[in-house]
Amino acid sequence: MSLNTMTIVQAEKAMAAGEISAVELTASCLKQIEAVDGRLSAFITVDEEGALGQAREADARRKRGEARPLCGIPVSIKDVLCVKGMGATCGSKILEHFIAPYDAAVIEKLKAAGAVILGKVAMDEFAMGSTSETCAFGVPENPWLAGHVAGGSSGGSAVSVAASEALASLGSDTGGSIRQPASLCGVTGMKPTYGRVSRYGLIAYASSLDQVGPLCRDTADTALLLQAICGHDRRDSTSMEMPVPDFTAALTDGMKGARIGVPKEYFAEGLDEEVAAVARRGIEALAKAGAEIVDISLPHMPYCVAVYYLLATAEASSNLARFDGVHYGFRADGCQSLIDVYEKSRSQGFGAEVKRRILLGTYALSAGYYDAYYKKASQVRTLIQEDFTAAFKQCDALISPVTTSPAWPFGSGQDDPLALYLSDILTISANLAGIPAMSVPGGFSGTGLPIGIQLQAGHFNEEILLKTAHNLERELGIGWRPAPVA
Amino acid sequence: MNITRDEVLHVATLARLSMTEEELAAMTARLDALLGYFDLLQAVNTEGVAPTTHPFAKAGALRDDAPLSSLPVADALANAPAATTEFFVVPRVL
Repeated sequence: MSLNTMTIVQAEKAMAAGEISAVELTASCLKQIEAVDGRLSAFITVDEEGALGQAREADARRKRGEARPLCGIPVSIKDVLCVKGMGATCGSKILEHFIAPYDAAVIEKLKAAGAVILGKVAMDEFAMGSTSETCAFGVPENPWLAGHVAGGSSGGSAVSVAASEALASLGSDTGGSIRQPASLCGVTGMKPTYGRVSRYGLIAYASSLDQVGPLCRDTADTALLLQAICGHDRRDSTSMEMPVPDFTAALTDGMKGARIGVPKEYFAEGLDEEVAAVARRGIEALAKAGAEIVDISLPHMPYCVAVYYLLATAEASSNLARFDGVHYGFRADGCQSLIDVYEKSRSQGFGAEVKRRILLGTYALSAGYYDAYYKKASQVRTLIQEDFTAAFKQCDALISPVTTSPAWPFGSGQDDPLALYLSDILTISANLAGIPAMSVPGGFSGTGLPIGIQLQAGHFNEEILLKTAHNLERELGIGWRPAPVA
Repeated sequence: MNITRDEVLHVATLARLSMTEEELAAMTARLDALLGYFDLLQAVNTEGVAPTTHPFAKAGALRDDAPLSSLPVADALANAPAATTEFFVVPRVL
């Protein structure tokens, strides 16, 4: 077995037994990046020297008997998170020369655990997109089928894990940006509960929705990486003081006593046949494992795309006001006045989709339109949350598809933003409700593209997600499969 | 029409974004289509429904008002396109 295709659990076992070293494991990932990333474009920055240095340190720690979980495990980091001394472009020209002056909270935790940071991976500009095609520094390609999107916005994260360049990755999820690329690339991704993981050092898109989370090769690895990044942080005022359970302990066999809900709105017209079939096989698998299957309705689901795009763009218009040509590296040439600095730097630095969302959000918040758009959307958000609260009185977790179709060819959504926005319909309500949600590999399309299954649970109930995902893996016999790249 | 060229231009000015006439026309058409779609929310009865701004009421908690160390000035200025040893530099305002 090549070292770079190992799961975290396998690699830790092999390192603990002295069969492999962190340096060998890291070198194997770097070699794979060298071999395939020219075509796949998952990475924006590769820190070969830094990674090997961290791997040597990890080996030394292990020798001293001080290895903690993740010690020596090579990971990639979405370019929306700050890693001190490295670029953090957010996929945008406006941050091309920005060097992060500090570590994000989750990076502090990974470094403390001894994880090896291979580099920073591609994403849609400011995490605004569903295909990673708006990335200003190379567009990641789906490693399962050439010419197809990796999904987004954490497309580089999903590709780096699927294509055996990194054992795991950290991404961010505002409306599905971890779960959707995980589904399209055949890896496991989790958006934890809002408030579970600190966003300190995460470049903000929509602050009432953003959450950092893991993309991994299977459920056991997801439990380990989640364990490492959770916990209260006073530097993020939305971080919640909640006990962090032992997530690996949740991975028990059998679903007896669990009630799994099937929300009918997630199986509505327009859903791809093969995607629906995979979800149905997942439902059967959980029933076979002993779960009780119950029908659920989330009646306000048809409004979630409209609510999301009004609230997310409104928050984005405010968050992205800080990119003004004064603080973060880029300033347009030939500016005569301060207004000139703002206008020229922003106009030259932001791409078309980011400008569209800033304008939409500014409009929704502007005088005369606030009640009709922002306030109305905030009220419907309450109704969507109440739907979920009612649902989780009837069941422990929900099962559904993640996306309406498998990965699609590059360029297909560019002329119709609304069609692309609507493709997010199955993932965004979890962000609106603040609940944890997960994408687990479920099967493949006839063309060989991966198809995921989505699980959602009540606030701070990541354990039932992990348990259900673990049982899906067992029953479906679909664990980690490396994408067929050289 | 849900939004006009002049309204987009006004909003662009508020957001400090400049556009060519061609970009403005394309942006107006796209925003018009999106706002048209958002109209479906008007069908939802939200009378008496409190708006949600955060998933939890507890989110947004304030910490104690005690001074803590922050990013050193030199580090904060390191990414500035123009700076002195203490300040960000912008074109003359007054």
